Amino acid sequence: MARSVDNRAQFRPADHPHDHFILTTVVGSYPKPTWLNRIRDHQDDPAYGVDDAALAEAYDDAARLITEEHARCGLDTVVDGEMRREEMVEYFAERIGGYEFNGPVKVWGHNYFDKPSVTETVRYEEPWLVDEFRFTAEVADRPVKVPITGPYTLASWSFNEAYEDIASLTYDLADLVNAEVTALVDAGARYVQIDEPALATTPDDHAVVGGALERIVDGIPADVRVGLHVCYGDYSRIYPEINEYPIDEFDIELCNDGYTQLEVFDDGAFAPDLALGVVDVHDTTVESVDQIVENITHGLQIVDPDRLTVSPDCGLKLLPRPVAREKMQNMVTAARIVEARLDSGEL
Amino acid sequence: MTETIATTPGVFPLPDWAKTRLGRLKGHQKHDLIDGSEPPEVLETYEQARGEVIDDQRDAGMDRIVEGQLRWDDMLAHPLTINPAVETGGIVRYYDNNNFYRHPTVTEEPKPTGDIGADLDRAAQLAPSMPLQAVLPGPVTLADLSTDACVEDVVEFHHLLAGLLAGELERAPDVETLYLLEPSLVTAPPDEDLLAELAELYSTISAATDAETVVHTYFGALTEQTHVYVVDASVAGLGVDIVTEDRAQTVYNAGEYGLADVVALGVTDGQNTDVESATTVVERVGWFFEQLPTADPDRLYLSTNTEPFYLPVSKHQQKLAALAEAAARVPEEVV
Repeated sequence: MARSVDNRAQFRPADHPHDHFILTTVVGSYPKPTWLNRIRDHQDDPAYGVDDAALAEAYDDAARLITEEHARCGLDTVVDGEMRREEMVEYFAERIGGYEFNGPVKVWGHNYFDKPSVTETVRYEEPWLVDEFRFTAEVADRPVKVPITGPYTLASWSFNEAYEDIASLTYDLADLVNAEVTALVDAGARYVQIDEPALATTPDDHAVVGGALERIVDGIPADVRVGLHVCYGDYSRIYPEINEYPIDEFDIELCNDGYTQLEVFDDGAFAPDLALGVVDVHDTTVESVDQIVENITHGLQIVDPDRLTVSPDCGLKLLPRPVAREKMQNMVTAARIVEARLDSGEL
Repeated sequence: MTETIATTPGVFPLPDWAKTRLGRLKGHQKHDLIDGSEPPEVLETYEQARGEVIDDQRDAGMDRIVEGQLRWDDMLAHPLTINPAVETGGIVRYYDNNNFYRHPTVTEEPKPTGDIGADLDRAAQLAPSMPLQAVLPGPVTLADLSTDACVEDVVEFHHLLAGLLAGELERAPDVETLYLLEPSLVTAPPDEDLLAELAELYSTISAATDAETVVHTYFGALTEQTHVYVVDASVAGLGVDIVTEDRAQTVYNAGEYGLADVVALGVTDGQNTDVESATTVVERVGWFFEQLPTADPDRLYLSTNTEPFYLPVSKHQQKLAALAEAAARVPEEVV
């Protein structure tokens, strides 16, 4: 069952101009400033003098910059753009006991990642994101959302040397994610998003993800908003099963193929709030405000306005930064236009 | 047990230094991938890397040497994505993995390019006295990974691709063994009309080479029906995956309908860093054959079940060593 959904009002700005409120957010990742990539490239080169302190300062500066960029775009909830994370599995595996790294493996072309191996029982040894959250929350003038790679993806995109099957590894990792979410909540976080792109590739494992989510939300107060993001895939293979997930919000990528899969969810029974992707992250063309208004109205086919969140389809990190910024600005402008039309009865 | 040969299905991980250097020389975007017209410094890097992976196989004691298919940016779709008769589209997922390749659309009849043969020629020069093995996708797999905008007929398209593969082999040097990789026989079992064509498809390809042809399948067990048709296709060798969880189905198929005269076993996991010991490999071979009513293949090949490019280099090298040691022990230890 979807969790209580009355935790949404806390994200409504005090000076919100409309009666209706469509929550605007991002999935998480954002293009890094060029200078941050340059500094990282030279961190092991003594000629450049990039020591740990200099790198930490660069991360802080980038996180501050992107958090404020999100705010300038008018988003209701902001993220630091995941400036401190290079890769969504590596970052967490480096902090979880029981993982080891054996070298890069191919993803496509000459793009690689250090796919880790689980060699023994996984352990929670140190906070993963609490420092990142505290920093972002201090910088931000509005609520912060914390994206966390989900346990099924952490399990699926690792080599499993230690567990009998993917489910048992996923459940152990889910307990660790629960520990991390608890620590984040203690630090003040009120909005977390579990990212499970691996579910898009192996949708038959939807029950494993459901079981993991039950563990993740165990003991998490109802006023903490828990979202789930699943990237583009055949959603008909995980819906209506996701209606049973203990989440507040389900974030999906529908813009990139023109909402052809919208009908999958159009059964009048969509249980969580809908977080709808309304700009395409794989296309550098910036959608016009009018186009995004139309995209947002697709969401109203599935849920009432007070259950609609809008975001880009997925993380924006592969776009040129000016394109990413314009897409967010237009998205926020479009959401406010839709709210005004709802207020006036035009919609 | 019979003569046992340690080999691989090819498509190796690039050495780590080559990953970095080629990323710098070629770039990281879709349009930077191999199209068959690489500049000299890129070719030299591949040549150096090819020499290194050949040395690795020799040092491990492999009985067949592959050139490594290091240039295959698009994995098994490579013979199409470098062909001028093919348009390469967007990046799409490679089976159920977190890997991607450029989706090829065949727009006109593809002619053999000599690309495969050129790489094998270079390997033959680097390893003049060693038994070479060629690696190609099978026609079912190549069709499954691509789109037909040429003949627009399923059966005819498969024959077109089999003809292309045969043409590439005719431009290749002599090799001992040909591995035709057919994971799509498992992941997308052909319908009966296409299954009935398998014998002719494989015959087209094997007629183009004197090498012993092994049709190697993986990512799980074949359906019973597919297994029957592949056995009836009378290829010299049939390779099956005994690593994946559904291996009991593979044992059942083999027991009920037999195998080919030459048997290939995918016996170590090409998608897991857990390195099997030689003893484990020998035990797995024994486990497989003890369940069959007769077990006397003319020759037995042992390899990872999948292409090993999924692995970090160090683990891949350790798996090579385990396979080579196991292949040496199997004739003595497996009855």
